[in-house]
Amino acid sequence: MAANLALGGQTAETKRRSLLLEAGIVIAIALFLIVILPLLLSDFRLNLMGRFLALAIVALGIDLIWGFTGLLSLGHGVFFTLGGYALAMHLKLQIPADASSQLPEFMSLYGVTELPWFWQPFYSFPFTAVAVLMIPALLAGFLGYVIFRNRIRGVYFSILTQAATIIFFNFFNGQQKLFNGTNGLTDFQTLFGAKVNSPGTQYVYYVLTIIFLVAAYALCRWITSGRFGHLLVAIRDDESRTRFTGYNPTGFKVLVFAISGALAGLAGAMFTLQTGIISPNSMNIAFSIEMVIWVAVGGRATLVGAILGALTVNFAKSTLSEKFPDIWLFFQGGLFLVVVLFLPSGIIGWLRTEGRNLWRSVRGRNQVATYPSLEEDAEVEYERQNIGD
Amino acid sequence: MSDKILEIEHLTVSFGGFRALNDLNFTLNQGELRVIIGPNGAGKTTFLDIITGKTKPTAGTVKFKGKNLRPYAEHQIARMGVGRKFQTPRVYLNLTPRQNLALACNRNKNVFPTLLQKPPTPERRTVASLLETIGLSPKADLPANLLSHGEKQWLEIGMLVAQSPDLLLVDEPVAGLTDEETERTGELLVALSESHSIIVIEHDMEFVRQIATDQVTVLHQGSVLCEGAFESVQSDPRVIEVYLGQEETEHAA
Repeated sequence: MAANLALGGQTAETKRRSLLLEAGIVIAIALFLIVILPLLLSDFRLNLMGRFLALAIVALGIDLIWGFTGLLSLGHGVFFTLGGYALAMHLKLQIPADASSQLPEFMSLYGVTELPWFWQPFYSFPFTAVAVLMIPALLAGFLGYVIFRNRIRGVYFSILTQAATIIFFNFFNGQQKLFNGTNGLTDFQTLFGAKVNSPGTQYVYYVLTIIFLVAAYALCRWITSGRFGHLLVAIRDDESRTRFTGYNPTGFKVLVFAISGALAGLAGAMFTLQTGIISPNSMNIAFSIEMVIWVAVGGRATLVGAILGALTVNFAKSTLSEKFPDIWLFFQGGLFLVVVLFLPSGIIGWLRTEGRNLWRSVRGRNQVATYPSLEEDAEVEYERQNIGD
Repeated sequence: MSDKILEIEHLTVSFGGFRALNDLNFTLNQGELRVIIGPNGAGKTTFLDIITGKTKPTAGTVKFKGKNLRPYAEHQIARMGVGRKFQTPRVYLNLTPRQNLALACNRNKNVFPTLLQKPPTPERRTVASLLETIGLSPKADLPANLLSHGEKQWLEIGMLVAQSPDLLLVDEPVAGLTDEETERTGELLVALSESHSIIVIEHDMEFVRQIATDQVTVLHQGSVLCEGAFESVQSDPRVIEVYLGQEETEHAA
């Protein structure tokens, strides 16, 4: 036991116990969302919740690449939208066998007579499922490799990701015949024979979103704990130092960017299912920046913060824009200012530091900060216990 | 293999016409502890940048264990066995000393092994004993930004050792340390020199006297001015003129 303590800092037993506790909390929240919340909310609100939970998945992705690795991506809208399109293409190919045209309706409208070759594989659902994750991941991996290999960092990386959003936005916007241009893909009918828009199916998508979110959270937890996660923080804080220790940061950054892109793709697909539309609109720069704001509000480098930020900001947005459609943008700007000025580490970051101290002082347990060497000192400890005030 | 761990021939580095290093020749024997001194701007830090691959030479060759280093990137040179300690301690402030050391200690630094493999017990044992050596065991699990300057310096030296390099490059290890810490650092370096080749760059003459058991090299304007035992270097008139003399006039003023 003592030897273990010296090696790991924390015994395997306590580590296992806190992991179990965390898993228990996550499962409890997931069950609450799946079983209880549908009883409390109207179908409309539940659908909103489902969409926002999908957005929380992309927030986790942003947190990985920005919060932990320190690379501010302003182009996650592209990965999100690509995931959405991949699934939407499969949905658009669910055409009843007796229909007059075996093409998605917009194609006939623009005079396309034969299904473009790259639409063909999307007849297959397994291919689509892989494509939802892999197309954004491969794109992110490729972009990342080219950018990181040339040691492009900081604001230049952000600018390049923005440039990517503009390129993709214009491409999808301009391709009426291939992707229905600016209108995007919508009017989905069935998936696996179930009507996409029926409340029952929507509830299934809602549950699936929660399962994916839990899986994404578990993945991010696993990645960010342990040596790999510590290395990401090291790259964020002092990249060139990691080189002199023998690490090549390029590979690490490429992998994390690709995973982050895949999460965005998954989020896009689940979002598309629940909104019933995907269009180039979600590739505009404002949306990608909004994603970053969610993470900043919730707390960078805290995975829970990313999820919480995505939910809070989006619920605030939908509530406020319903009641006061004019002021939402002011509110969003103000929120960002407050976070930057007063809560630089976000809600969760604040709770973990100042919030905890405040809570202690409210309960009258003011903790005196001392030097750790004093805390460790057996003699001081003895005096504390045996010599009263 | 030759017993020279580092051979530098006719090394020139110029930055837009300015020659930071000028036709420099230098060799280091296996297991030697060499101190390099020189006035500001003599090219000491550039010298380390060249060996670690941060800067590429304009002309000349740098051979480490008989291998020309030019085609290798920083991380490859580090993996070949060159460790570097920076002038101001560069440890990862948001990680704990234990995590800092574990990262340096990692035997396979490729992406997937780092992600998928758990640190093996021998590595964790190495980390624990290093924490003991550098006196940070009680603070092993605190964020490194709570450490004092001296503790950070020691942590960085610990990280260097954890990397188990053959050649240690140490840039001003005692800058900003108290006298007592300076002396302990000197003892640590001398102890390390039994199993490593070490190059120390230093300004503090008292400290140089303490650790300079082998040769001392004096750099001046990008070239080697002279080499020899500390006493003979100290009494060399050229050295007194460019370096020590300069200091004396400073003291006089």
